[in-house]
Amino acid sequence: MKKKHFEQRHLVELFIKTIMRIALIIVASSLGLILWTIISRGLPSLTWDMVTQIPKGGYYMGKEGGILNAIIGSIYLASGGTLIAIILSLPIALYLQAYAQDSKWGDYVRLSLDVLWGIPSIVYGAFGFALMIMLGLRASLIAGIIALALVELPIMTRAMDEVIRRMPKDLEHAALALGSTKFEVALRVVTRQMLPGIITGILLAFGRGIGDAASVLFTAGYTDRIPTSLMNPTASLPLAVFFQLGSPYPEVRERGYAAALILTIIVLFVSFASRWLASRLSKYSVK
Amino acid sequence: MDAHIQVKNLNAYYGKQLALKDINIEIPKNQITVIMGPSGCGKTTLLKTFNRFFELTENTQLTGEVLVDGENIYNKDIDVTEVRKIVGLLAQRPSPLPMSIYDNVAYGMHIHHMRKNREDYKDGVKHYLEIAGLWEEVQNRLNEPATSLSIGQQQRLCLARGLAVEPEIILGDEPTSALDPISSQHIESRLLDLKKQYTTIIVTHTLRQAKRLADYVIFMYLGELIEAGPAKEIFSNPKHERTKQYLEGLF
Repeated sequence: MKKKHFEQRHLVELFIKTIMRIALIIVASSLGLILWTIISRGLPSLTWDMVTQIPKGGYYMGKEGGILNAIIGSIYLASGGTLIAIILSLPIALYLQAYAQDSKWGDYVRLSLDVLWGIPSIVYGAFGFALMIMLGLRASLIAGIIALALVELPIMTRAMDEVIRRMPKDLEHAALALGSTKFEVALRVVTRQMLPGIITGILLAFGRGIGDAASVLFTAGYTDRIPTSLMNPTASLPLAVFFQLGSPYPEVRERGYAAALILTIIVLFVSFASRWLASRLSKYSVK
Repeated sequence: MDAHIQVKNLNAYYGKQLALKDINIEIPKNQITVIMGPSGCGKTTLLKTFNRFFELTENTQLTGEVLVDGENIYNKDIDVTEVRKIVGLLAQRPSPLPMSIYDNVAYGMHIHHMRKNREDYKDGVKHYLEIAGLWEEVQNRLNEPATSLSIGQQQRLCLARGLAVEPEIILGDEPTSALDPISSQHIESRLLDLKKQYTTIIVTHTLRQAKRLADYVIFMYLGELIEAGPAKEIFSNPKHERTKQYLEGLF
């Protein structure tokens, strides 16, 4: 019964385990390196002024003031885009579940969502831009929100659809057996069971939205002001990073890292909040 | 005999495969009818035609009639949610809804708008949990998830939940097969208590359970109804050779 360390199957196991560990170390250290870079470069410039003031002397050249315009702009853009995406994707996901579960039609809808997911966000930006020209709109908060909603929609819908598809079939039947309509099953049972997963999907999409630079580049524009109406152009954090890192002045580039740090903090906060919320809500879920 | 359900010339198909062959039967009111037979004989299929669950399986087809209180539940103008309200189901495995214990029982009353205010709902929940013999065990934990209950308790919760929509008929699809002996006994005794008020139809493949519960017996084999009659007659003096063999445990 003693362990034979040099038997082939044990060696194979050791080999596979080592590969897994190396992969894990590479991933973990990349994450660490990213965090270290933005923290070490961004933290010195991350003053109170950075998060409470708008830029002085222009975002490209200015070394004074802050990036409140981009922080507020990004929150507006991502929240608006996420809201529109929720309004559209929840009904699609519930429809797919309730009426088109394994049908050809359902497969087509899913395929087109996957295609939409794969489209690079710069294309959404260009599409949004073309749409704006057609409608005679200028770069504005609302145009940016619509572009982001388009970017987020397929991610959110597919995430929700996958979550809803993993719904235990018995649950649906249990609710139907009590005389529920399919709509009641969807609203009162499916949604409740899936709420944690749905919220995770929403926040995943929010994270993608708030970090996306390409889709808002043409549609939302960039400005030093905080938008006061949906028709104003607006700044965003990813573009703040992009523009400031392109500046010839090292001080401004440092501010770019500070903007990246702020963006990362927001995304981390959202993802921790979603985990906390999901674990609270899944209290009643059937495993 | 006062028939609660009448089945007339019922044929059921899964795809092209005939699962029920020309079934004609009357099911007596306020008694326990047990449907028995070997696996694959169509007993669960027959049960599923009573609450229109058969049509939930894709690519199925049905001809014939199922009359509940004299009305064909397969008529075009029938509201299927009303059928399922009148004909409740206790499934093989308990599947609590993703809610608290309280909300599981209140759910059905809510969707059918059966109570007026909060207090009425509370009374209703208590009443049906008592009937299902679960109230004592859960009265202090009504807000806990239903999944925190044991499997046996969950099945009694499902019974309470089903009764709360005030059905006339209870279907049981091997309702104790996933349960331990003591929990099974709980469910059986509840069903016996309830039979005066409800027409109960149980599918089982355990002969002993059939003998404990049945007032009326339907014996099926390969999609056909072989024999049906009062339990005493069937168990003591089966007319058909197949039934005799089944009761003797030959297959």
